[in-house]
Amino acid sequence: MNTRAIRAVVKRDLTVVMGSKGVVLPALIVPAILLVLLPALAGLTPVLLGSVSAADMFRVLEALPPEASARLSGNPATQAAELAVTYLLAPLIPIVPVMFATVLAADALAGEKERGTLEGLLLTPLRDRELILAKLIASWVPAVAIGLVGATLYAVVANIAVMPQTGRLVLPTPEFAVMALWVGPTFGAAALGAIVLVSVRSNSTQEAFQLGGVVVLPVVVIVVTQATGVVLLSVPLLVVSGFVALVVAVVLLAAGSALLSRTRMGERLG
Amino acid sequence: MRAKPTTHERGHAPYPAASVCAGESYVDRPSAEAPVLALDHVSKSFGQVTALADLSLHVGAGEVVGLLGHNGAGKTTTVRLLAGLLAPESGTVRVAGGDPVDDGPGVRAHMGVLPAALVVDGRLTARQNLRFAADVFGVAQDGLDERIDAMLVDFDLGDRADERVAGFSSGMRQRLSLARVLLPDPHILLLDEPTSALDPVAARQVRRALASLAQERRRTIVLCTHDLAEAELLCDRVVVLEEGRIVADGRPVDLAAEHGSGGVQVEVALADVDRARQIVAELAPGDVDRDGNGRLRATGVGRDLLPVLVQRLAAAELTVYEIRRLDPSLEDVYLALHASRNVATGPAVTGTDAAVRA
Repeated sequence: MNTRAIRAVVKRDLTVVMGSKGVVLPALIVPAILLVLLPALAGLTPVLLGSVSAADMFRVLEALPPEASARLSGNPATQAAELAVTYLLAPLIPIVPVMFATVLAADALAGEKERGTLEGLLLTPLRDRELILAKLIASWVPAVAIGLVGATLYAVVANIAVMPQTGRLVLPTPEFAVMALWVGPTFGAAALGAIVLVSVRSNSTQEAFQLGGVVVLPVVVIVVTQATGVVLLSVPLLVVSGFVALVVAVVLLAAGSALLSRTRMGERLG
Repeated sequence: MRAKPTTHERGHAPYPAASVCAGESYVDRPSAEAPVLALDHVSKSFGQVTALADLSLHVGAGEVVGLLGHNGAGKTTTVRLLAGLLAPESGTVRVAGGDPVDDGPGVRAHMGVLPAALVVDGRLTARQNLRFAADVFGVAQDGLDERIDAMLVDFDLGDRADERVAGFSSGMRQRLSLARVLLPDPHILLLDEPTSALDPVAARQVRRALASLAQERRRTIVLCTHDLAEAELLCDRVVVLEEGRIVADGRPVDLAAEHGSGGVQVEVALADVDRARQIVAELAPGDVDRDGNGRLRATGVGRDLLPVLVQRLAAAELTVYEIRRLDPSLEDVYLALHASRNVATGPAVTGTDAAVRA
C-alpha cells in the first residue's frame, strides 16, 4: 500500500475542502441550526409553550419505554424539555455526518470529473483501490469529525438549556451516545457507498449529490418515527440499525469500487 | 530549413540545460534498439466510432516520436492506451515490457503524461500542486523543497508560487502542468500539445527542454501536436494518423522527400502581384498565399516547374525581385497526405477523439 501517495491525496482533498466556502459555510451553519439552535429552543419549551399539565405529560410518558420515562425528572414542567432534547431532537445527530459524507464524497469523486482534474489523478502511480481509499478517508473522516463535534455541542447546549430547570445533566443518555458514536459514523459510511456508486454515472458534483441525497431519507425516517412515537429508539434498535448501515456501506462500496476501475473511468473521460 | 535554437544557459535547471541544443540537429539521432512503447494490432472503439483500427506502433528508448493527425485521428486514444487509462479491444499494448493496465502503477511511476486536460488543481497553489505530484510519484524527500522552488523559478512561476492556480492564465497553467509532469523525472514522456497555450518564448524554452531530455537523458518522448514546425524541429520520427490508422511513418526528412514536392516563393513589384499570382496559380495545385509586400508562396511546385514559371513571369514583363525554391516541409507532407486521402476516400471523418471526449 502506497501510504505516502494516499496521505497526499487525503491532504490535498482536505486542503481543498478547508479552502472552499461552499463546503465550510454549510459545515458551520447546518450543525449550528440542527445541533445548537434547536436544542437551545427545546430547552426553552416551558417558556415558549407555557406550563404542561401533569395529565398531558402522563399520556406522553405512558408511550415511552419504562427505562426512558424513568430517566426523566418528576416535574411535568421540565419533562417536556427533557423529552425534546433526549428523544425528539437527538435523532438529528446522524444527519450531520451523513450530509457531510455525501457532500465531500460527491466533491471528491464526481467533482474531479467536473473540474477536469480526474485524468491527472488517474495518470499517477496510485492503484485503483488506493485512490478510492484515499477519497473515502478524505470524505468520511471529516464528516464523522464534524458529526462528533456537532453531537458534543448538542449535548453541551441541551444541558445548559435544561439544567436550570432539572438541576442535573440530561445528556448523554445511552441512546445519544450510540447515535453519536455508532449510528452517525455507520450511516455516514453508507452515504459514502451510495455516492461512490452514483459517481460512476454522474458527471458533476451536483448530479452526484442529488442522486446520493436519498441516503438522508433513512435518517429522516428515524427522526419522524421517533417524533410521532411510531418507533421509539432504544439502544438495541440503534445498534442494529448501525449494523444494517454498515452492511449496506460495505455492499455499496464494494460494488462502487468495482465499477470505478481506472479503465472504466478512462472510457468516460472528456 | 528553420534555425535550430541557440544556446540558453540556465543556472539550476531542474530539467537538462538547453545549451546542448546549440548548433545541433534535433533529428538524425540514432534510433533505439528495443521498443519501450509497443502497440501491436491495437483496435479501440467508443460505441459506433472506431478510434484505432489495427494500429501497430513501436517507439524505441530515447526516440522522440511525433503523433500528427486531425482532431479525432486517434492521438489521444493512443496516449491513454499507453498510460493504462484505456484497455484495447484487441491487440496488445506494452510499456517497457509491462502491460499498462495490469502493471499500471509500475508503468505510470516512470511515465510523465501531459494530457490535453489540465493535470493541476486550480484550488491549490502552484507549490502545493508540485508537492502533491512529488508525494504521489514518490519523489525523494531529500532536497525536494529546493527542487520544487527551482522548478517554479525555471518555469517562470517563482513569484506566483503560493497563489492559487485558479487565478493563473492558461499559459501559466500549461507551464505548471509541464513542471508537474517533469518533476518526478520520468523516463517516458507522453505529451499532448505541450506548447499549445504558451507564448512563443515559453514554447521555445519548452522545446529546448524536451530536446535536452531526449538528447542528454535519453528520455523516450511521444509528442502529439498540431504544430508541424515543432514536430519537424523535435522529432526523430513522425507518425501521421488518420481515422485510427497510420498513413505515414518515418523521419521528417524522408517523409518530405517521399511525399512533399516543395514550393516556391516569388517576390514582385506590388503593382504586379495580381498578375504574378495568376501565373503561379496556373502551375501550383494548391492555394497561393500572398503578403502585403509583394511576396507570393505556393506549395506543390516541383523543381521541374521552376523554369516554366521563370519563362512565364519574364514573358509577362513583370518586375520580379526574387524567385526562390522552398524545400519540402512536414507541412507539405501533411497537407499532401490529407489531400490524397480526401481524394481517395472523401473528407476525413473526424470525431473519434470527440467521441472519446463526449
